[in-house]
Amino acid sequence: MGTVLSETARDDQAGLDVIAIRLRQGRLRAVLIVLALLAAFSAWALIDGGLQLYLQRFFDGVTNGLLYGLGALSLVIVFKATGIINFAQGPMAMLGCYLALTVLDLGPVPVVAAIVVAMVLSGLGGAVLERVLIRPFDQNNHMAIIMVTLALFLGFNALAALIWGFHPKSFPSPFPQGAADAIVIAGARLSYQAIGTAVLVVATVVVLEAVLSRTRLGLAFRCVASDVERSRLLGIDIGRTVQFSWALAAAVGTLGACLIAPSTYVDPGFMNKILVYAFAAATLGGLDSIRGALVGGLLTGLSVSLVTGYLPGVGSELGLVVGFAVIIAVLQFKPAGLFGNRAMERV
Amino acid sequence: MTAEPLLRMRGVRAFYDGVEALHGVDLTVDAGEVVVILGANGAGKTTTLRSICGLTRTTGEIRFAGQDISGAPTSSIVRRGVAMVPQGRGTLTDLSVEDNLLAGAITRRDKDVAEDIATWYDVFPRLALRRHQSAGSLSGGEQQMLAVARAMMLRPRLLLLDEPSLGLAPVIVRDLFDVLTRVNRERGVAIVLVEQNAALALDIAQRGYVLEAGTIVLSAPADRLREDDAVRLAYLGY
Repeated sequence: MGTVLSETARDDQAGLDVIAIRLRQGRLRAVLIVLALLAAFSAWALIDGGLQLYLQRFFDGVTNGLLYGLGALSLVIVFKATGIINFAQGPMAMLGCYLALTVLDLGPVPVVAAIVVAMVLSGLGGAVLERVLIRPFDQNNHMAIIMVTLALFLGFNALAALIWGFHPKSFPSPFPQGAADAIVIAGARLSYQAIGTAVLVVATVVVLEAVLSRTRLGLAFRCVASDVERSRLLGIDIGRTVQFSWALAAAVGTLGACLIAPSTYVDPGFMNKILVYAFAAATLGGLDSIRGALVGGLLTGLSVSLVTGYLPGVGSELGLVVGFAVIIAVLQFKPAGLFGNRAMERV
Repeated sequence: MTAEPLLRMRGVRAFYDGVEALHGVDLTVDAGEVVVILGANGAGKTTTLRSICGLTRTTGEIRFAGQDISGAPTSSIVRRGVAMVPQGRGTLTDLSVEDNLLAGAITRRDKDVAEDIATWYDVFPRLALRRHQSAGSLSGGEQQMLAVARAMMLRPRLLLLDEPSLGLAPVIVRDLFDVLTRVNRERGVAIVLVEQNAALALDIAQRGYVLEAGTIVLSAPADRLREDDAVRLAYLGY
């Protein structure tokens, strides 16, 4: 054997991963800056409005934020595998939510079971969608595919209106939702619905991370996310892997919609507003980072809740503006997001 | 068993966006053989390797292990036992060293994957030390070692290497070629080598082809190529 490469590296060289260390430092700095901003705003809010109001806004922000994170997650999954942003993700989740409603209408089914059925159906739907409407296009022509997702955005909204009408419907919560079903901390309500949602979202992320890091399909997904042509040389079927990502994203999106719906209402456009927040969350967290999606969602939710709750003149109707402001600020100062490696090039 | 070679290309033309880059290439590789492809930049060496893997649109006949693979998707060609180390390392830079090796065996269904990984860590101890680091953080030499180990994780019958020595220190290149020789001798893996370092490549190859502007202009045993005046002048530099 030769000399240089077979030679055992010295101990002090082992684990010396300069790039990873620098990346970690950069992330830490960015997260600290964001946290400092939030802390400063929170301090002012506490003095201005007192503990109870602040805690209430904080709980609301976290709950909504986790849901935005789930929406962001479904965007991130498809972006990682394909490099495109699926503008139809919101309407897809909305359709999934209607599916759950339809299952509930069919007979006395527990809400959770209806949601699971809807997730499975949307997963299958996502897979079919990828095969029929995405794969026929040149995968390197991102603009063409983004146009397809925009068309789907409009098409799905119209389809839902056609089938289920514009009349808003209410969606039952899988958790107890009465006035008394809450923990009260310093006068602020933390509902069981919020706690249950948080647990489900975190569990989803944990399961997803496990699937991606431990299964063969997950490894294929990470390979494709890293480099398509090199993955092809490993014998990976790119089409099937991308299809898996669409199915996964559709199922996650449906779960998100079904968890959001109890606190809003269901109509063909109800996920469009959420989609904007999910964009903000994904951009903030980094479009190619799963954990980033969750953190980005939390930060977006908190920002929206605190800004609309405290700043005079910014009512809840202007929450979307806060979402857009987050997107613009991130693109300006840290285009790759807090945890991302890939910057959004052009959309 | 027929006397058919492991790989046979006959009249292969390759196209990039409709432009023909290979004009009817004939090339064979026997099982367990090392074949080198020499040629100037743009002669079509990389295209030849890409054609074998189904990464380029081709016409003509490409047969591997007695079966027609022309026009087959890359994933099915790789599954038959063709591994390629593309130019510029070909590791998945976002993934850890260990995940790269696992990914190399992603099409395998047998239970020996962990054992094979241990074997390659023995061959390249530096990879073992950096197993949890991302491949992108490795040095050039380490990345090329990882690329070769990753390709070997497929347990290929044919290994295609595109300029493996590019950008590496001479002492590392020598090590790399030692390993390639061992892979060929001990495991019987046939190798097609595209290489600028013609002297080194001809040392480990049994036969060679010279490619010029998309056409094979010369095909001969390695020692004959080394003696050939034109080859010496153009590729060996003496």
